[in-house]
Amino acid sequence: MAQTIDLQQLTQREYPYGFTTEIEADTAPRGLDENVIRLISAKKEEPEFLLEWRLRAYRHWLTLTEPRWPNVRYDPIDYQNIIYYSAPKAKGAGPKSLDEVDPALRGMFDKLGISLAEQERLSGVALDAVVDSVSVATSFKSKLGELGIIFCSFSEAAKDHPDLVRRYLGSVVPATDNFFAALNSAVFSDGSFCYIPKGVRCPMELSTYFRINAADTGQFERTLIIAEPGSYVSYLEGCTAPRRDNNQLHAAVVEIYAHDDAEVKYSTVQNWYPGDRNGKGGIYNFVTKRGKCAGKNSKISWTQVETGSAITWKYPSVMLIGDGSVGEFYSVAVTNHYQQADTGTKMIHVGKNTKSTIVSKGISAGHGQNTYRGLVRVTGGATGARNYSQCDSLLIGDDCGAHTVPYLDVRNTSSQVEHEASTSRISEDQLFYCRQRGLGTEDAVNLIVNGYCKEVFRHLPMEFAVEAQKLLGVSLEGSVG
Amino acid sequence: MTMLSIRNLHAEAAGKPILRGLDLEIGAGEVHAIMGPNGSGKSTLASVLAGRDGYKVTAGEVLYQGKDLLSLAPELRAREGVFLGFQHPVEIPGVANTYFLRAAVNAIRKHRGEEELDPMDFLALVKRKAKALGLSPDLLGRPVNQGFSGGEKKRNEILQMSVLEPRLAILDETDSGLDIDALREVAGAVQGLRDSARAIVVITHHQRLLDYLVPDRVHVLSGGTIVTSGDKGLAIELEKNGYAWAAALPQEGAA
Repeated sequence: MAQTIDLQQLTQREYPYGFTTEIEADTAPRGLDENVIRLISAKKEEPEFLLEWRLRAYRHWLTLTEPRWPNVRYDPIDYQNIIYYSAPKAKGAGPKSLDEVDPALRGMFDKLGISLAEQERLSGVALDAVVDSVSVATSFKSKLGELGIIFCSFSEAAKDHPDLVRRYLGSVVPATDNFFAALNSAVFSDGSFCYIPKGVRCPMELSTYFRINAADTGQFERTLIIAEPGSYVSYLEGCTAPRRDNNQLHAAVVEIYAHDDAEVKYSTVQNWYPGDRNGKGGIYNFVTKRGKCAGKNSKISWTQVETGSAITWKYPSVMLIGDGSVGEFYSVAVTNHYQQADTGTKMIHVGKNTKSTIVSKGISAGHGQNTYRGLVRVTGGATGARNYSQCDSLLIGDDCGAHTVPYLDVRNTSSQVEHEASTSRISEDQLFYCRQRGLGTEDAVNLIVNGYCKEVFRHLPMEFAVEAQKLLGVSLEGSVG
Repeated sequence: MTMLSIRNLHAEAAGKPILRGLDLEIGAGEVHAIMGPNGSGKSTLASVLAGRDGYKVTAGEVLYQGKDLLSLAPELRAREGVFLGFQHPVEIPGVANTYFLRAAVNAIRKHRGEEELDPMDFLALVKRKAKALGLSPDLLGRPVNQGFSGGEKKRNEILQMSVLEPRLAILDETDSGLDIDALREVAGAVQGLRDSARAIVVITHHQRLLDYLVPDRVHVLSGGTIVTSGDKGLAIELEKNGYAWAAALPQEGAA
């Protein structure tokens, strides 16, 4: 195991900014076995079925090997050297004030226009009371409650709504789905649960940002969204503020289940710590996200802006089961410095007259490597299915890479599948034109890149889109000249 | 007041000398036309003045409002009031024309220590200017130069000039690719932007443009240097006799 990264060592070395990792008494021993899983389930006071589910996932995980097909490189992960359960951080564990936070991180907060109170929350400054967000969250919750919408942590849902959890957990991403999904199923710490009753249109965007402690859900997050017939919800995950975490490996699972005529819009801005300029450190973000359009005329739409993480491995997908259902995937993925991303989507057409749209915009700068990997499958029964895919890559500089790996598997002759791909560079002419009109080089790059991503940004909720534009600029800082 | 003073300018591109000792003085309020055959260095002159990469100044100096122009980055030249009307305006997909122009205006205003314009005020201003230039309002919302006809691109350059209000405007073959009606309109629009505080350099192949935009001075560039200068009459003689005639004239002494 000479090559194996000692995760603990590595994370400690990478966080010289006052983030402490004091081990408290309420922590599972390092490594993973059935006892650790029993401990997690017991600590969370989970119903019996959930423990059984976790154990089945674990036993299956033992039979799997880590996937090596993604176009990313990293040293082997020692899964026995991870701590899988740790009680929520006690007060005082974080930095005492913003003065103790990395100045580079604070500079980024300022550029993104994040308030001081929010900066304190995001950088884990120990506060006696989280003022703003608590009151906001509480008022949200009562308003949602009146409509019968459930929006809470996964742990709460397991206790308060076990029937729903039991029925839907694993119904979209089975515990046995893949190596990382199985691991998540065995050890998931917490996450979000969202239930929209029949015919209800959720009147506000549901954001993990407003759920208390959302930033502390840990490295194995689990999200489950259920949309009953005729309901609608727009769900936002993440925020544009940079997020640091002492755990290097993140393996989350998101499941969305849409009944007849239901619509779920899921928007992500992912800005985990990407590592330093030389590619040291950073989060490994290995995520399984999938939606099931189970009902007829249902719709699931993924929009993602991925700027963070050292390695991103994720393919938000839609299973189009119900006749006339619609799946969409709009993505901007940025890799700068030594970041690597292997991301895309899967659209599985099963129902008749199902439709899917894929728009992927990859941006590579520095030594970044960006791969689009997408599957469009039209099964034999999917008469009249249609897909449109557009995969564009933008290169900034000479040391980066862009790769496009589309898989098409069409078994119905009445279907229509279109794929367009392009690779381009920011041209000297474009840069000079902008500079001749008075824009500095970085502003010019920002403008050109934002124009390139416009098709994706317009699918984000307005405020999120504005923030995402700023974030893109910050992420690409220093990539030209 | 002297707006631009070019002295003994030598410049090369890809190691090949193109400008070889060019001298030119342009005062505020003046319009100068620079004419010359292909390859004489007209566009190189425009590029060097605007600071485009790929050109190396090997000798000489350029003073803009009395200050060294060549030491400034392209964006600083622009913010100081130097505008280049591009021969081939560049497309920027996904960026609305007005958004681009507002970013430019605000970069310049910020440089001058002025407040940035808010989007509504700016839009009203641009609409008024576009109307004066006969530009269709739907071009304002479209991506910069994308899908524009040749004439629309050139008019869009003049719209930018009219909004950015430069002190020194260099128009590089703004007439190329325009039909006769468009030419008249564009020339008329530039004529309308003449101002006692502004100098305009018009680079052109053809005398036609100068029928509508009457220059104070006409210079003939050949072999990287100005071989002769005169008033509007020189352009007419050129049209009659060709550039070979001008190149054969005895050179004026360095100004």
